[in-house]
Amino acid sequence: MLKRINGEDDMTGAEIPIRDADFPLPFVSGLEYNAPARGPWNIVHTGMLVPESHQVFACAQGCLRGVILTAAEMLEMGRMSWISVDKNDFFDGSLERNIVDGTAEIIRKLPKKPRALLLFISCVHLFAGCDFDAILDELRAMFPDIDFIDCYMNPTMRKSGLTPDQLMRRQLYAPFQPCPADPKTVNLIGNDRPTDGSSELVQLIRNAGWELRDITLCKDYEDYMHMAKSSLEITYLPTAKASGDALEKRLGRKHLYLPLSYDFDEIGRNLNIMADALGTAAPDWSDAKQNAVRVLEQAKEVVGDTPVEIDYTATPRPVGLAALLAEHGFRVTRVYTDAMIEEERPAFERLRTLAPDLLLTATVHAKMRFAGKGVHEHGDVLAIGQKAAYFSGTKHFVNIVSGGGMYGFDGVARLAKRMVEAATHEQDTELVIQHKGLGCRSCL
Amino acid sequence: MKQIARIISIHAADTSGVCSMLYELGGMVVVHDASGCNSTYSTHDEPRWYRQDSMIYISALTEADAILGNDEKLIADVTAAAKDLSPNFIALCGAPVPLLAGTDFPTIAAEIEARTGIPAFGLHTSGMHSYLAGASEALEAVVERFCTEQLPRTDAPSVNIIGATPLDFSVNGTVESMTEWLKKSGFELVSCMAMGCTLDDIRRASAAHVNLVVSSCGIATAELLRERFGMPWVAGVPVGEKFPAVLATALKTAAETGGCALPCAARDASGPGKRLAIPGESIFSGSLARAIELDLGIPCRVLCPLEAEDRLLAPGDLRIFDEDAAAAAFAEASGVIADPMYAPVCPSDVPFHRLPHEAFSGRCYRKESLNLIDRPLPWRF
Repeated sequence: MLKRINGEDDMTGAEIPIRDADFPLPFVSGLEYNAPARGPWNIVHTGMLVPESHQVFACAQGCLRGVILTAAEMLEMGRMSWISVDKNDFFDGSLERNIVDGTAEIIRKLPKKPRALLLFISCVHLFAGCDFDAILDELRAMFPDIDFIDCYMNPTMRKSGLTPDQLMRRQLYAPFQPCPADPKTVNLIGNDRPTDGSSELVQLIRNAGWELRDITLCKDYEDYMHMAKSSLEITYLPTAKASGDALEKRLGRKHLYLPLSYDFDEIGRNLNIMADALGTAAPDWSDAKQNAVRVLEQAKEVVGDTPVEIDYTATPRPVGLAALLAEHGFRVTRVYTDAMIEEERPAFERLRTLAPDLLLTATVHAKMRFAGKGVHEHGDVLAIGQKAAYFSGTKHFVNIVSGGGMYGFDGVARLAKRMVEAATHEQDTELVIQHKGLGCRSCL
Repeated sequence: MKQIARIISIHAADTSGVCSMLYELGGMVVVHDASGCNSTYSTHDEPRWYRQDSMIYISALTEADAILGNDEKLIADVTAAAKDLSPNFIALCGAPVPLLAGTDFPTIAAEIEARTGIPAFGLHTSGMHSYLAGASEALEAVVERFCTEQLPRTDAPSVNIIGATPLDFSVNGTVESMTEWLKKSGFELVSCMAMGCTLDDIRRASAAHVNLVVSSCGIATAELLRERFGMPWVAGVPVGEKFPAVLATALKTAAETGGCALPCAARDASGPGKRLAIPGESIFSGSLARAIELDLGIPCRVLCPLEAEDRLLAPGDLRIFDEDAAAAAFAEASGVIADPMYAPVCPSDVPFHRLPHEAFSGRCYRKESLNLIDRPLPWRF
């Protein structure tokens, strides 16, 4: 496709063999392209996890458009309202007043008062020094029976601290205040889909007689607020770690970050830490590990030498997953990621030895506009993740985001089974990956 | 209170209008923004994104660069990408943060043009206006830059369509139907700005006898061509059965006399009695109102929630600035023809007829979008 523009097929700067790549930033930043893979959740999807809540976005028209239509596509417009910001608001002193009055008017018009209201401000409010605390104080005084949650759509600040995604996952639990803890209760924090019940993590919790609480399982606001009373906080996604840290600090609960991993030693260590926290003896993980290896080997028989390509939307550790698969004989040829998290460093080093020719490929680089839909003739590819599916042009892909709820040795086995399923069944890639928020309802 | 909505959508913003209008012209469009503009545009406002390549990017603006005024990063990044990709031109536009930072896009564009040798221009978007403002300025800038030579008029009567984007016309065959209707009406098409159109087509636009403005985002360009080449323009969309003939006649008259005409606004909605309410972009909605009155004899009123010059509205048409105004106007109507995302504020006893408008509901109802060009209208009242 690039040939059509300038007669060259030059992906220099947009891809690099891992042996030559820098860690954690293999590519120079520049103009960014947006690939049409819409499965990863955004702040609207995540915010909708708070039961019986309503969202109000105070932003410029351009910013509102994306969040409103996110809600519309997931058939949740009844839980979404907006206040548009005009440039005059910044100069005539009405910035805060418009948000207070607008939010109050919206609440009064709602057919039913929400239990919680997620009020979002944006980059421009922060640049203009908007007094968000004053806004929230006034609204809380006006509506004492509603929990107001301060939320932020501030991508301009994404490199200045927590990203909007991390902030959203942290604010998801903002109404939780210090209270006596329920014994033997544990929260899984910051996930946007339930963790598989078959995972060793969930099995450990249940077998130890603990109650598992997870916002993805909450049916109403009471369920959700019960999570404030849990005695242990667990996170395993990097984007959720700040949530667990915040709860530990605010509620005085223990927080364990047990990162999603594809390294068998690390998986075992994490599960042992979990068992220890639950006050139960850690089982021998040999059988679970052997089962994962066995299923991986079975998958390899089916997948054969088909190139495997992985992207960062499928899992926060695409390099770690690539290393695992390469260690078990899969021909992993490409990982799509624009940057790597520090947790990936050991796998990165391992993979440089295991598969030095594996290509790291950017997803946002300007040249990637012309790399989509298999124009590089990757041939038959098994993709893990929607961006890998898009860029490779394959119809064979594992359709997951953020780890897909798979965790532990069981998670590895389940992922291997999903690879077999993907290798043996075609999907309509264009249709599937354009649905926003994988797992959410969609009007499309 | 203005500026709020409990449940309805909001129109696509000016940045999307820029991208949509310039999409097919082989240029590079850079929105100076952190991330959201490109995602919103490419997901909700651009049905061509998956299958048709176009160099639409964001600059990935960061807080530090905005505060420190690091325009050099933008200039260097655009220059590097342009040297890789060789676009026909470069258009720069901004989101809200650059507005607050006072980013000087025309000057930055001039610097980029000096470094690359590629024509570049800066636009004045802010993410705080509708798509019409962005699309209008973008097209005017391209025509200003590239349509500079007065070519001999074509032998046969000929037309440029001005203002076509998927935001107003989706990708359901409507634009193709307009070009077919023009041919059937005895006109040759010189260019369709800017769907199914190349930059070379725009360069040749001065060869046409008359311009057909199909969205209010085309008015500024039509005025530019009138001033530059003496080309008259006619505003309207050939919807329904009888209005296309009215429009064709207006085009012929304009070509002969050099006078502009607005058949879409040649109505009177000020009389007593209930009317069918049609909210939307002024030229399309006005054309539809005229078509319904001609074909079905039902009095109509256009409700205009977007920027529109007064001359594009008829007496009795209403400007509606918020959800409450829409709801009040619907309550007084005999029926409503509107995008489905207006339905929640339409009283239950007022008939609501769905007409998806991509600039309002994005891709939500694309499957049920209607091609109304030169054919019987699908409603019976």
